[in-house]
Formats: sequence, structure tokens, C-alpha cells
Amino acid sequence: MTERSRDLTFRIGTGAVALVVVLIVFAIGVELTRQSLPSIQKFGFSFWRTEIWDPVAGEFGALPFIWGTLYSSVLALLISTPIALGIAVFISELCPAVLRQPLVFLTELLAAIPSIVYGLWGIFVLVPAVRAIETSMPDSLRQLPLFTGPPLGLGMLSAALILSVMVIPFTSSVSREVLRSVPIAQREGAYALGATRFEAIRAALYYARTGIIGAIMLGFGRALGETMAVTMVIGNNPRISTSLFAPQYTMAAVIANEFTEAADQLYLAALVETGLVLFVITLMVNSLSRLLIWSMTRSLAPLQEAAAAPAGGAAA
Amino acid sequence: MAAPVPTPTMTPTAFVPAGAAAKIDVRQMHFYYGPRRVLDNVTLQIRPHEVTALIGPSGCGKSTFLRSINRMNDIVPGARVEGSICIDGQDIYAPSVDPVDLRRRVGMVFQKSNPFPKSIFENVAYGLRINRLARSREELGGRVESSLKSAALWDEVKDRLHTSALALSGGQQQRLCIARALAVEPDILLMDEPASALDPIATQRIEELVYQLKARYTIVIVTHNMQQAARVSDVTAFFWLGKLIECDRTNKIFTAPSQKLTEDYVTGRFG
Ligand SMILES: Nc1ncnc2c1ncn2[C@@H]1O[C@H](COP(=O)(O)OP(=O)(O)O)[C@@H](O)[C@H]1O
Ligand SMILES: [Mg+2]
Repeated sequence: MTERSRDLTFRIGTGAVALVVVLIVFAIGVELTRQSLPSIQKFGFSFWRTEIWDPVAGEFGALPFIWGTLYSSVLALLISTPIALGIAVFISELCPAVLRQPLVFLTELLAAIPSIVYGLWGIFVLVPAVRAIETSMPDSLRQLPLFTGPPLGLGMLSAALILSVMVIPFTSSVSREVLRSVPIAQREGAYALGATRFEAIRAALYYARTGIIGAIMLGFGRALGETMAVTMVIGNNPRISTSLFAPQYTMAAVIANEFTEAADQLYLAALVETGLVLFVITLMVNSLSRLLIWSMTRSLAPLQEAAAAPAGGAAA
Repeated sequence: MAAPVPTPTMTPTAFVPAGAAAKIDVRQMHFYYGPRRVLDNVTLQIRPHEVTALIGPSGCGKSTFLRSINRMNDIVPGARVEGSICIDGQDIYAPSVDPVDLRRRVGMVFQKSNPFPKSIFENVAYGLRINRLARSREELGGRVESSLKSAALWDEVKDRLHTSALALSGGQQQRLCIARALAVEPDILLMDEPASALDPIATQRIEELVYQLKARYTIVIVTHNMQQAARVSDVTAFFWLGKLIECDRTNKIFTAPSQKLTEDYVTGRFG
């Protein structure tokens, strides 16, 4: 085989694999849509807006699950982002070189723990702890919409906490990589102007901001789809509430819990449509975050070229 | 202050090292990256308001020397300096000296322009902000403007101060980096091959700028380009394999160097 034709075969081969991946995603979307047709036809767009989930009466609306999924994921994001960024900055900028590899390994290990194990830990450790926090909260605070409801332990707060722990390794390892890709010249540029170490790190974070936002969104995408651990601690109650203490429900959890019980066709279709909604939201979040990370790594290249390439006379 | 250390370059009529009047006074300086010595017993005085060019083949330690003057090498793990470097008579490696303060007084421009991914205005304002050098918005704006003027960039960017610095050409970016360094009002400006990535026209503008700036700053410039050294500098120091071989008035270095090695290098016989 000639060099050229081998090159061509390679390109066609990798292209085909990439195409297959795209086709699979597309096929999943089509199949989910097909399976949820009865529900789509019956409820139309109101499926996205209705709060009632009543299998007996045959009334289905996904809003409580959409709310629960988004609320728990956003909370998880708020909790995990500062911690994950702190870990990333510590590992890539501050910690002594001998500690670096062990720390990377440990945070990566968090990502390897199966979700069901997180769930068990949640039930036996996290939920009682959260319940203790809830019962000890002063009554004055319990009046706030954020903290109403009985102190069960099971509920939104436990779900958000467990999600944050699960998301931290993703956000921190991607942020760490993004920070590492910041050219040393950026830090030196800051130092040369009289920046302290802290200010130089801030400059690096600023340079890496798009990539870091991408890392956070990647964590968000992961939180959206997380099923097992959340199901075990969120309380599984399809009622929209702003309270952190209230038991709620997520899209992934309701599918996992009720799929085997769904006797009639409409019920099944409604569950599949819930899956479709989750699929669409996750796909959007993930594409957006990839796009951001990609634009970040790409935006470095023109900068370096611009400095190296001779600029035209007029522009010089 | 001790008398200038005699070097082979000392001839009665020629260059007299600045001695106590030196702006930067480097004595018996050794530099190590870990166990490896890259500068060996360098003694050199740099006078105020002159341009000193550092020349020599790649890897001979020019950048390392330059970066020890603003302690930029402090951030390199394992880097170590022996001997003394004094600026205005003060040993900059003394424990009482804060490198952060020092770097504000000793500005630096790098080989590759490295603007921050911010607007032109914010790039210049950065050093003013972190060092809290402007008390009001007006003062900040005024100092940004005067820095850009000093760097001969104002006319080209005054209508787009708030657009991204990354959209500037390579030469403009490098002048922006010079403006950024000038904004914090250093009295020494270190330049590490500031024009090596630029085309001839952009290079010429940087050289003109260096010429204008020397009235207000003491400038040390590393250059790979012998003609550039000859054009912009008053004094030239020739480094070779970590040693300072010769330092003298630039015209003497290029016309009648006292060392054979220098002559071979400047006439292009090696390097
Ligand atoms: N960060 C570093 N760590 C270890 N060695 C270095 C480092 N920077 C430069 N060196 C070495 O020190 C020597 C001098 O380098 P440098 O000062 O950059 O030379 P020049 O600027 O004259 O080309 C070279 O041999 C180079 O490999
Ligand atoms: Mg160099």
C-alpha cells in the first residue's frame, strides 16, 4: 500500500467511526421519540408544563421532574464549583511537586466509585447528618421558603450534596488540565508587572475562563443524568418545592423507579418521553460545554501564530 | 564600594565601568538551575540611561542573566543565585527585598508578546490596578494614555481601546507589552529579544522606541541580532558559554574588540 492510500484508508476509517457515533446519538433520539409518541400525541407541549403525575388517572406532566433535576444539579454546581476549582488551583499551582500525583490520583479515584456505593453512603452517613442539621436549625430560619417542611434528611439537600461530591472530580480534573494549558508567559507577564502569586493565579484563571466554564458545564451535564445515588436520597416525591428539605424527584430517578411498574402504554410512553426530555437537555448542556472547552484550546493557537508570523507592513 | 573588578576589557582609554554610579551592579554572580551552573562569575556594571545589549550564541545564559535582574527566576524551581546584584546600591537578593516590589521597579518585555486576553485598555491598566497606582478613574485613564503614547502605540489604538488586545498585529502586541510595562513606572526596562518574532518594519519601530525610551529608563536588551545591538545600544556585553567575555562601548565591541572570541563572534565566524 502506498503512503497516500494508507493515509486515505485511515481517514476514511476514523471518519466512519466518528459518523457511527453521531448516528447512534441520532438513532437514540429517534427511538426515544418513537416510543413516546402516544404521550407526545396526547399531551403535546403541556407535558413540559404540567405538574400532575397520576398514573392511575392517566395524567402525566414532567414538570416536577424537570424542576427536581435542574434544581438539584444547579445546587450541586453551586456547592461543587468552588471546591473543585480550589482543588484544581491547589494541585496545579500551589502544592509541592511530590504531592501532585497522589492528589490527582485521589481526586480521580472519587470518579471511579460506583454510583450505588455513593447512594449507600448517602443513606447511612449523609442523610442522618443532614437530618441532624435540619433539626438543629433555628425556627426563625425554618420560616424561609428555602428551609420549610419536616426535617426528614431525605430530600433536595442530601441529593445536592451527594451530587456535588460526584461532580467534583470531573470539574476539578478538567479545570486542572485547562489551567495547565495556560502558557507560562501569561503568568510571567503578570509577575513582571508586580503581581503576587495570588494575582498571577488569578490572571491564569482569567485566561482559562472559557475552559473552566466548560469544565463546570461538563459537571452539570453529569449531575443532570446521575440516577442511582440521587434516587436513594432525594425522597422521590413529585412535588415542586423551593425547600432544600423537601423530598423531590428527578427525571432519571422516576424512570429508574417506575419503568418496571408501567403497565399501560401511555404510562410507559410518558416515562420514555421523560427520558427524551432528559436526553435533549443533557445533549444541549454537553455540546455547549464541549464547544467552550474547544474554543478555549483553539483560541490559544491564533495568539501564538500572530506573534510569530510576520505581520504585513501596514499592520506592523 | 570596592573598586571595579579588573577585567580583560580594561584598557586605559576605553570604557570605564560605572563603579559606584552604576544603576545595576552585578558582582561575581553565579547562577544555577539545580546542580547545573549556567552563569559563571559574571561581573558587570550597567549605567543609568544607557542601553546595554546582551549578545552571544543561543543558550549562553543571556535570558537567565536578564531574568535575575528582576528575580523572575525565583519562580523557576531549583534556580539559585550566588554573588550579588545591586540596583541603586541595594542588594536585590537581600532578605528584606520583596520581589513583587522589585518587579514593579524593573519592568520586563518578553521574547514572545504575551498580552492578557483583555482589552487594550485593561492590558495597560493591569499593573496599575494590582499595584493600586491610580487613585481615580481619570488618573487610570490618563496613565494608560501616557503609557500608550510612550510606547508609540496611542495613535494606532486610541479609537479602539476597549477592543481585544489579541486582535492587534504582532508588532503592536509587543508595543502594547512595552506600554504595559511602562505603566507601572519602572526605572529599568529589561527586554528579552523583543523583536525576534517580528518582521523588519515592526522591528524597526521597536528599535526606534528603545532609542526614545533610554532618556527615561535604563534599558537592558537581549538580542540575537548583531546589527540590532550595534544600532540600539551604547554598551554591549558578549556572553559565551555562561561567561561574560567582554563588555565595552558598542562601537568598540564591533570595531576593535579586545578579545579574539568577541571578534570571531561579531564578525560571524561562529554562533
Ligand atoms: N528553566 C530552566 N531550567 C533548567 N535549565 C534552563 C532553564 N532555562 C534555561 N536553562 C538552561 O540554561 C542555559 C542558558 O539559557 P538561557 O539563559 O535561556 O540562554 P539564552 O537566552 O542565552 O539563549 C541553557 O543551557 C538552558 O538550557
Ligand atoms: Mg534567551
